[in-house]
Amino acid sequence: MTQADVLIVGAGPAGIAAAVRATECGKQVTVLDDNLSEGGQIWRGAPLHPATAHASKWLRRLKASGATLIPGCRVVDGDPGSRTLQAETDEAALDLKYDQLILATGARELFLPFPSWTLPNITGVGGIQALVKSGLPVRGKRILVAGSGPLLLAVAGFLRKHGAIVPAIVEQTTLQQLMGFGLSLAGSPGKLFQAASLKASLGATPYWTSSWITKAEGTTRIERVQIRRPAGLQTLDCDALAIAFGLTPNTELASLLGCDLDNGSVAVDDHQRTSRSEILCAGESTGIGGVDLSLIEGEIAGCIAAGRDDLAKRLFPARRRARHFADALKQAFAPRPELRQLPDARTLICRCEDVPFERLQTCASWRAAKLHTRCGMGPCQGRVCGPALHFLFAWAPDSVRPPLFPVRIAALLASSRK
Amino acid sequence: MPDMVNIVVNGQPVSVPSGTTVAVALLIGGVTHFRTSVAGEPRSPVCGMGTCFECRLTIDGLPHSRSCQIQCAEAMEVVTS
Amino acid sequence: MALRASPHLYTQTDTEHFDAVVAGGGIVGTACASELVRAGLRVALIEPSVIGGGATAAGMGHLAVMDDSEAQFALTRYSQLLWKELAFRLSPDAEYFPCGALWVAADDREMAEVERKQGFYQAREVPAKTLDRRALEAAEPNLREGLSGGLLLPDDAVVYPPCAARFLAEEAIASGMQLIEGRSVTELSDTAVQLDDGTSIASALTIVATGIMAARLTPGLRIQPRKGHLAITDRYPAFLGHQLIELGYLKSAHSLDSDSVAFNAQPRRTGQILIGSSRQYGTHSPDVEPHMLEAMLRRAVEYMPALADFRVIRCWTGFRAATPDKLPLIGPCPGFRNVFLATGHEGLGISTSLATARLLADLILGRASVIPLDPYLPEREFALHA
Repeated sequence: MTQADVLIVGAGPAGIAAAVRATECGKQVTVLDDNLSEGGQIWRGAPLHPATAHASKWLRRLKASGATLIPGCRVVDGDPGSRTLQAETDEAALDLKYDQLILATGARELFLPFPSWTLPNITGVGGIQALVKSGLPVRGKRILVAGSGPLLLAVAGFLRKHGAIVPAIVEQTTLQQLMGFGLSLAGSPGKLFQAASLKASLGATPYWTSSWITKAEGTTRIERVQIRRPAGLQTLDCDALAIAFGLTPNTELASLLGCDLDNGSVAVDDHQRTSRSEILCAGESTGIGGVDLSLIEGEIAGCIAAGRDDLAKRLFPARRRARHFADALKQAFAPRPELRQLPDARTLICRCEDVPFERLQTCASWRAAKLHTRCGMGPCQGRVCGPALHFLFAWAPDSVRPPLFPVRIAALLASSRK
Repeated sequence: MPDMVNIVVNGQPVSVPSGTTVAVALLIGGVTHFRTSVAGEPRSPVCGMGTCFECRLTIDGLPHSRSCQIQCAEAMEVVTS
Repeated sequence: MALRASPHLYTQTDTEHFDAVVAGGGIVGTACASELVRAGLRVALIEPSVIGGGATAAGMGHLAVMDDSEAQFALTRYSQLLWKELAFRLSPDAEYFPCGALWVAADDREMAEVERKQGFYQAREVPAKTLDRRALEAAEPNLREGLSGGLLLPDDAVVYPPCAARFLAEEAIASGMQLIEGRSVTELSDTAVQLDDGTSIASALTIVATGIMAARLTPGLRIQPRKGHLAITDRYPAFLGHQLIELGYLKSAHSLDSDSVAFNAQPRRTGQILIGSSRQYGTHSPDVEPHMLEAMLRRAVEYMPALADFRVIRCWTGFRAATPDKLPLIGPCPGFRNVFLATGHEGLGISTSLATARLLADLILGRASVIPLDPYLPEREFALHA
C-alpha cells in the first residue's frame, strides 16, 4: 500500500501543474499516468521528439519537484470511502492511499462514424501526432486532416514540419463561426499570436470550412475520401486520414468515485473541488479548454489540495480569462447536425464488437443497445462509440463500474483489500 | 545515428530507432493489418493514446497488448491476428 | 420489427381490455407473454426499463438440468427440452450454444457425488457420462491438474439471456402483443393493473413476473434477493469447450444465509469467458463489491490457473429472487382470483423460464401439462406461513 498526501491521476499539463504546486507547498505527491512518459497527449515528447520550450519548463519543474511518478499505470477501481485507488502496471498491482485526490484525467478525441471509417490508416488528429511522436515517419506521405477544432491547424502544421503533404484541412464549422472565434481571441493577445503563427506555418495548405468527409474508400487501407463542400462533392486521394471532432472529457474515474458530472464534464467549484470534498479535478476533464486553462486549474487544485487557498485565489483572474477561450472554443467548433446523417445502415458504430448503425436505430437507450447488440461491451468499454452515440441519439451514458480498463485477473487478486 | 532496436514481427525482423513504440514499428514495417475485427475487417491504430484498443497485438506471447503504449525492446516477438 | 413502446396511452376510461397482462419483461415475463399470445390471447407486457435488462441480464444463461429434488429435476429437464425446440427459431444474437456442461469433482467425495448424479440422470433418460481424471483432462485441458474427474451433461446448453428475452418479446409483438415500456406496475387487482403514471389497464388476468420486485406487489411473499457477481474476459478462443461448474456450487446455492462463491466458467460464442458465481444475502446495493469479485475470481483461477493472465473487461451484478424451499412460485397468487405468479426462480430463471411459461399457460387455458404443477404452486408458500 503506497501512501500519498496528494495523489494525482494524469501527468498532462493539469496534473503536472498540480504536482509542482502541491510539492512546493510541502506536500508529498504521487502522480500516475497511463502513458510511458509524462506530458499528456499534448506535451508528450517521447524519446524521439523533444517537447516545446513551454512544456520543457514545466516538465523540468516536475522532475525537480520531488513528486513520485508512476508511468504506465492504469487506475482500475477505487474506494472513495477508504480513500484508496487500485491500479495496475504491466508488472504489478498497486494499492494507493491518499489524503487528497486530484483527477487530471484529460480528454480523448471525439470520433464520429461515417462509411468505411474503420479502414486502416485512418487515425485521430491527436492520434497521428501521437504516432509521429512515437517514431512514425511521414515524409512524403499524403495525409488529409479533417474534423473540427484548432487542433486540425496545429497538427497540419506539425505534419508539414515532418515532411508530410497535407492536401487540405477539412473543417466542418462555418467561416462565420471561425471569424467569431478569431475575434474572441483578440481579447488574449498571446492566443492571437499563436493563431497567427499557426496560419503562417500552414503556408499554402487549403483550409476548407463548412466541409466534411462523407465517406472513405479503399481495399486494405484508405485510398481516397469523398468530401462534402459547399460547392458540391469532391474526391481526394490520400495515404492516410487524420480525423476527429474535438475532444471529449475522460470522466470515467470521476464517475466511478461518485463525483457529479455536469453536461459530460466533471463538476467542480471555484476551488476545483468535485462533489466529493476530498477529490479535486483539473484540466480537460472539467471541460475542454486548452492547455492554458488546464495549467491554471492544475495550479489551483495543487494549492487547494495543499491547504493553500490563499495562493489559489491569486490565480482566479487568470482562470477567468482562460475560460473565455474555452467558451469560445465550444461555441465555434460544435459539430453540426448534418454530421448525424453521415452513417449509413452498414456503418459500424461500435468498432470493438462491429455493431452497425441499423442495429442501433431500433434501440431506445444506451443500456438497451449494450444488452441487445453488444455495442459498448468491448475492451474500449464504450470510450469510442459512447460519445458518438451521445451525439447521434442524445443517449445518456450508463453508470460506470469497475474495472475502468481491461485488467488482468492476477492484478485484481494481487492487491490486498480488506 | 540513433540506437536501433531489433524486433520480430510475424516472424520477420524489423529494425527501428530505440524509443519507437511497437505500433509504430509495425507501421514502419508496412503492416496495416494489426488485428482482424469481429466481422473480419483489418484494423490499425486510431487514437494513438491507448483508448481505442484497435492496436492490440500479441507481444511476447501476451494477447490483447495495446501496442501504441509499449516501446520496442530487443528481440521482442510480435504477432498480428 | 422495432421494439418500441406502444404510443397508445391507457386510461381508466379506455374501453380496451386485455385477456392477460404480464408484469415484467425479463426472460420469464417474455416467455409467459409469448406462450399466451401463441394461444390466441390479447396480451400486454409491461417493462419499466429494458427487455431482459433486470436479473435476466445477470443470468449466466446456463440451461441446466439439476437433481436437487424430483420437482427441480422435472422443471429443469422439461425446460431444457423446450429450449432445444426454441433453438431452431432463436435469432443468432441469442447465441444458443449446445456446448454441454461439465460438473467438476476435486476429490473422491465429490467424485462419489458425480457417480450418484450419473445414476440419477441415467435412470431418468438424461444423457450423463462420468469422466475419470484422464478423460476430464482430455475434455478440458486448461483445468488444473489433480482433479478427480467430472460429470458430462451433453444436453446442457448456454444462451445469451437479454437477446433471448428480446427475441421472445419481438415474436409476441409480431403476433399482436402490446409492449408498454418505461412503466411499472404499482398495484394489482382481479380486474386491472395500475401503473406508476396513474393509468390503469383492464385485464382478465395478471401474471407477475417481476423477480425480486414481486414481494412489493403481493403481500406475504417470502422472496429474498440474492446478489450475484459476474465477470467477462476479452476474447480467448479455444480455451474452454464446455460450461464448467464445480460441485461445490451446490453447497453455495443451498446455503440460506451466508455469502459464498462457486466456480462457474462459460465459453461464449465470441471466445470470451464468462465467469461466475457468487451469492450474498441481505444486500441491496447493485455495486460491484471488490471482496466478492476477488473471491469469485480467485476460485476460478484455482480451477483454471491460466485465467490469471486473462483480462476482465466488464463486471456486473444482479439479484436472484430466492424462495425458502428453492422452488419457484408458478400458479395462482393467494388472495386474488385472477392474479398468477411466475417468480422466485433463484439461479434457475433462465433455465426454467420456458417450462414456467408453458405450465402457467396450461393452467390458464385448462390444458393438461406434461409435468405436475403442484410442487411450484404459490399456495404452498403460504401453507408454510400458517
